[in-house]
Amino acid sequence: MLYLALFLSFFKIGLFGFGGGLAILSLIEMEVERHGWMTQQEFVDIVAVSQVTPGPIGINCATYVGYTTAGFWGSVLATSAIVLPSLIIMLSICKAYFWLSNKFQGNPYYEQTLRMLRFTVIGLVASAALLLIKPTTFIDPVSWIIFAVVAALTILPTALSTVHLTPYTKKVTEIISHPILLIVLAGIAGYCIYH
Amino acid sequence: MFLPLFLTYLKIGTFTLGGGYAMLPLIQREVVDRKGWIDEEEFLNMIALAQAAPGLIAVNSAIFIGWRVGGWKGVCGAVLGAVLPSFLIILAIAMVFREWKELPAVEAAFKGIRPAVVALIAAPLFKMAKSAKIGWGTALIPIAAALLIWLGHVNPVWVILATIVLTLCFTWLSSYRSSK
Repeated sequence: MLYLALFLSFFKIGLFGFGGGLAILSLIEMEVERHGWMTQQEFVDIVAVSQVTPGPIGINCATYVGYTTAGFWGSVLATSAIVLPSLIIMLSICKAYFWLSNKFQGNPYYEQTLRMLRFTVIGLVASAALLLIKPTTFIDPVSWIIFAVVAALTILPTALSTVHLTPYTKKVTEIISHPILLIVLAGIAGYCIYH
Repeated sequence: MFLPLFLTYLKIGTFTLGGGYAMLPLIQREVVDRKGWIDEEEFLNMIALAQAAPGLIAVNSAIFIGWRVGGWKGVCGAVLGAVLPSFLIILAIAMVFREWKELPAVEAAFKGIRPAVVALIAAPLFKMAKSAKIGWGTALIPIAAALLIWLGHVNPVWVILATIVLTLCFTWLSSYRSSK
């Protein structure tokens, strides 16, 4: 039964995971929380691990949840289940590629649906962040300082995109806004403050 | 064509951190510039299709290129190559993670990391809103979606389905009216 539940959950995540990456997080969070497969802290920790290891977040979460709930075969099953909808849908699209690109481009139903999904996906990403603002992740005022600093540094390149920068300063802003560096720094800060 | 696609995607899968969009420049360099399997224009079409289809963008692109280059064998090779590195790495981490987390030093570090992760999820929102050319009216859509999921505990699946159905209805209505 656990295998079936794992398969169905991750198949659903693969099937409705429009927008990829961060947009898929709220879907995963809802599913693992509903089944009690992961605590909220564990979920955030795995997202953090995903940011510093190679590969798509969806695959990382599927592998981790599969392994911790049902061992090695659980991880194989969950990972296959999240890939399967893509395989079915994307292969159909590939087979119909020429037909699709001729007929669908400019079709108002297709274009409008894609446009609206782009807006909804922004909401999905926002909800993934909002769902994580809880006492388990934000334990004290220091948490909010870390949050503000990381958010500010990440937005920096976008905020400065209209300002003219020398190639050197541009490179510096790119480096200091890199997610891996920010996670490592946040980890060091956590160690110094809480240990 | 199984092996060349497998090896190329294994390389892409091993060396891209952050997944999804971070993978695209590397895919372009390997598949378009180096191997010449598809041209620039087809690469852009591939990105559009990989984003429009549900599922992981990295996997979708592997399926597209695998199919174009090597049919069924190509698809198997590319998908396996794209998935295997992160699968093996996370499997190794999952085996030890719960024990490591008991260590006070690791737990302290994660106390600092958790709010940073929330910031990393939230911060790209500005860029996304900018590239989607969001306006005052259309901003209501993501706000409504976020509130439904966050406070209403609505499953995101329903929000996506509602978006598709409502858009199809409104598009049909407006085309019906203008044809009259």
